Amino acid sequence: MTALMIGLFGLVAIRLYYLQVLHHQDNVELADRNRIRIRRMPAPRGLVFDRNHRPLVDTRPSFDAMIVPEDSDNLSETIEKLERYTGGENIPGKISDAEEAGRPPYEPVMVVERLGWQQVVALEAHQLELPGVSLEITPARHYLYGQLAAHLLGYVGEVTKNDLIKNADYHNGDEIGKFGLERVSEGFLRGQAGGQEIEVDAVGRRLRVLKEIPDRPGQSIVMTIDLNLQQAAEAAMTGKNGAFVALDPNNGDVLAMVSHPAFDPDIFGGGVKASAWRELMTDPQHPLTNRVTQGIYPPGSTFKIVDSIAGLQEGTLNTQTSYNCPGGLWFGGREYHCWRKQGHGSIELHDAIVRSCDVYFYDVGQKLGVDRIAKWANAMGLGIKSGIDLDRESSGTIPSSAWKQKRYHERWYPAETLSVAIGQGYVATTPLQMAQVAEIVANGGTRYRPQFIKAVEGLDGTITKAYPPKVEARIAIDPASLATVKDAMADVVNGAGGTAHKAKLDDVIVCGKTGTAQAVGANIAPVGEGEGENDKTPEQYKDHAWFIAFAPKEHAKIAAACIIEHGGHGGSASAPVIHDVFQRYFQLHPEAPKPEIARVLEDSPPAQ
Amino acid sequence: MPSGDRRYILHFDWMLFILVLSLAGIGLLSVISAQYAGAHRTWDALVIRQMIWIAAGTVALLVAVFIDYRAFQAYAYPFYIGTMGLLIAVMLAGHSMGGSRRWINLGIFHLEPSELAKLAVVLVMVRYLREEPPKGGWGLRQMIIPFVLLGFPAALVMKQPDLGTGLVLVLITATLICVGGLNWRTMLMLGLAAILAAPASWHYMKPYQRQRLVSFINPQADPLGSGYHIIQSEIAIGAGGPFGKGFLKGTQARLNFLPEQSTDFIFAVFAEEFGLAGALVLLTLYASVIARGAWIARHARDRFGALLAVGLTAIVFWQVAINIGMATGMLPVVGITLPLVSYGGSSLIAMMAAMGILININTRRYLF
Repeated sequence: MTALMIGLFGLVAIRLYYLQVLHHQDNVELADRNRIRIRRMPAPRGLVFDRNHRPLVDTRPSFDAMIVPEDSDNLSETIEKLERYTGGENIPGKISDAEEAGRPPYEPVMVVERLGWQQVVALEAHQLELPGVSLEITPARHYLYGQLAAHLLGYVGEVTKNDLIKNADYHNGDEIGKFGLERVSEGFLRGQAGGQEIEVDAVGRRLRVLKEIPDRPGQSIVMTIDLNLQQAAEAAMTGKNGAFVALDPNNGDVLAMVSHPAFDPDIFGGGVKASAWRELMTDPQHPLTNRVTQGIYPPGSTFKIVDSIAGLQEGTLNTQTSYNCPGGLWFGGREYHCWRKQGHGSIELHDAIVRSCDVYFYDVGQKLGVDRIAKWANAMGLGIKSGIDLDRESSGTIPSSAWKQKRYHERWYPAETLSVAIGQGYVATTPLQMAQVAEIVANGGTRYRPQFIKAVEGLDGTITKAYPPKVEARIAIDPASLATVKDAMADVVNGAGGTAHKAKLDDVIVCGKTGTAQAVGANIAPVGEGEGENDKTPEQYKDHAWFIAFAPKEHAKIAAACIIEHGGHGGSASAPVIHDVFQRYFQLHPEAPKPEIARVLEDSPPAQ
Repeated sequence: MPSGDRRYILHFDWMLFILVLSLAGIGLLSVISAQYAGAHRTWDALVIRQMIWIAAGTVALLVAVFIDYRAFQAYAYPFYIGTMGLLIAVMLAGHSMGGSRRWINLGIFHLEPSELAKLAVVLVMVRYLREEPPKGGWGLRQMIIPFVLLGFPAALVMKQPDLGTGLVLVLITATLICVGGLNWRTMLMLGLAAILAAPASWHYMKPYQRQRLVSFINPQADPLGSGYHIIQSEIAIGAGGPFGKGFLKGTQARLNFLPEQSTDFIFAVFAEEFGLAGALVLLTLYASVIARGAWIARHARDRFGALLAVGLTAIVFWQVAINIGMATGMLPVVGITLPLVSYGGSSLIAMMAAMGILININTRRYLF
């Protein structure tokens, strides 16, 4: 018996040695994993400023109502009261969802998010009637100007299963940038979550805090947009669907970007209500689409700027080239109209641009052929992505014979070149691309990558990342040719017979070009400016109104493109938007007085 | 009843007595640890009760010392029948805790008759086997009565269900029969029969018992279910390391990750706080008790005393082996207490009384 005992106890001793000495460390880790829970506390997300450091997006405490169902003796009554005081919906559903997800009995369930001040006060006042209910404060994203620049700023939302698979350092319930700046700058804005090591018992009851890990707030983003211009653009676009974008032609900075209709980015934070989400997704107006980069429209007559530069550069056109416009052109047994039925008569390039003569550019197009048009359109950034750091940018379409062969397995018909020449047919561009066309003319041939982030700033305000201008392409435009195009564009706004007088400014010469893009299902005949429609045309068949512009004529500071969907005439619908924004720009950045004015001022008494 | 006889003091087995009290002391420390919930609540109700049980057990031990053990021969069958009665009462009107019906509610105290059944079985077996065996040892025919005597309480205990106690009843009976002189052919036959019967017993197990067996072979098959006990116990013991986390510093028991931390898994609580060093001290204490029991059996002045000492020592031995084997993951989980250490009045008092009887047998050598 003693021998049996020694044998068995010896085995026990060996086993103890194995567990307590050989595997000691593993077991210590397992024991700690049992008892230590990490409670993550998300870092406040970084702020977003405009180019002058005015805040656009910040993070504020949000109050959420939590409930521990076990702590309420009459749960249904508590829920009923909670719903009454907060207007919360489907509280029992949220509780049962949490049960299914394996909530320990002491863990509170978040049942009403983002309480308003009134609701917080109501809960505090009725605390005694609401056993088990508590308030939790979490940082929540706040967009100071509501829908302002919604598509550019984007929004945040709770991580999805997919996000969690892709990003190892995210946890269930974390916020992540989903769209726009919030998404592309996620890495800077997010910061590093802090947390607490909490000792828990076997049922998950929190006993004490073992360790506090401080969080590291996200870095700030200084954007290139100017709040004043953005507000001016938003105001000018109020009640209209379409897109507006303004660039600094000297570096590609996005100064303002509007896409209407927009959405309220606030509704996405902290769990968008399913009904609101469905409404946004199924809205036939597509408010979630950023029309500036994702919307594609035929550029219409604004494309004539591209034709002009292509022709001048290729030598098929010079400033004296003259064509006769009898109001239409017979080609391939069919008449192609000019928008002006009575025609423009014999006309040279300058006037053809100012008055937007379609027949003149049919001829220019015929001379060039589609492939040379495509070459210069591509050089000016059309048909390719601008490279702006936003998701799902469209490249648009610039047709060529090779493109048609590949796409439709068909050769190019010369008649199709006529449509291309006036920015119709297969041609499709984004408003951002057209703003770049204005930018290239404005700066004499440089295409910058559009950027909307100026700098990333650390917590102490030092710049941790700068975004120097990026040149995508330089085209050498002959100065004389450039001057011709600019003169013509100046007269579009300022000259007699110009189509965009509404964009005219008092002190600054604005250069521009109008355009009208056929909406799907609108008139079949080619449409230039003004005609082919009347006020009786139903809204959905009205044409889209384009205007692209830059100012001042020399040493331009701002370039822009605007499209108003179903706006009709570019000159009447889009030019005023650009007028308002440019006016605001030159109020804020007055041009140096012109020499002759300066001389007058010298004689005047000094201003106070 | 002799009283005041100086020889009781003179020949009292102080060594065994001190071993028993040391184990009970370790038990008390471990129960304090197991129930510890912060400095403000050191004196848990369970701790107070365990102290009362130790005091009551000490009284029972002393009483057992002073009754001439030979008198137990006369009380063996009545005690056995009484215990059977209690087991039947448990079956009919017992108090359930944690899915088993093992207790009789006596108001201030839940009596666990299966703890008494171990003593009862030892007593009747020894009573039966006290006759000298025939030359060559007992044959199969003489074993019928011991099997019947074992069968009743074992069946009743298993029914509760209390697999652990049933197993201990079988093991102590087997020990007594072997030591009592079984002929080797019968021993071989019974051994073979036991091996053959083992797979068949699967059919009579309750689903949770089968689960435990599966979990023993592979605890990770169901880590939060039936494998949980083994895993958490091994973690606690292993986390203790060579010298332990220190008294009241264990987390596995205090935070309730260890199940049954005051009773069946008390060894893990002790090993987490006192480490390999503490566990070896504990094992040495048990080894000393068992060695002392074996020594007493060898030196008892009659065959009844010798067999009685073997039977009582066997209870300690098998329970220690099974309990620690289970806590360290070497044996499947069966509910069984660690003698003298686990929390529990019935177990502690019965065990201390048994130790009293051992001392009694040792002391009487000198009295006659």
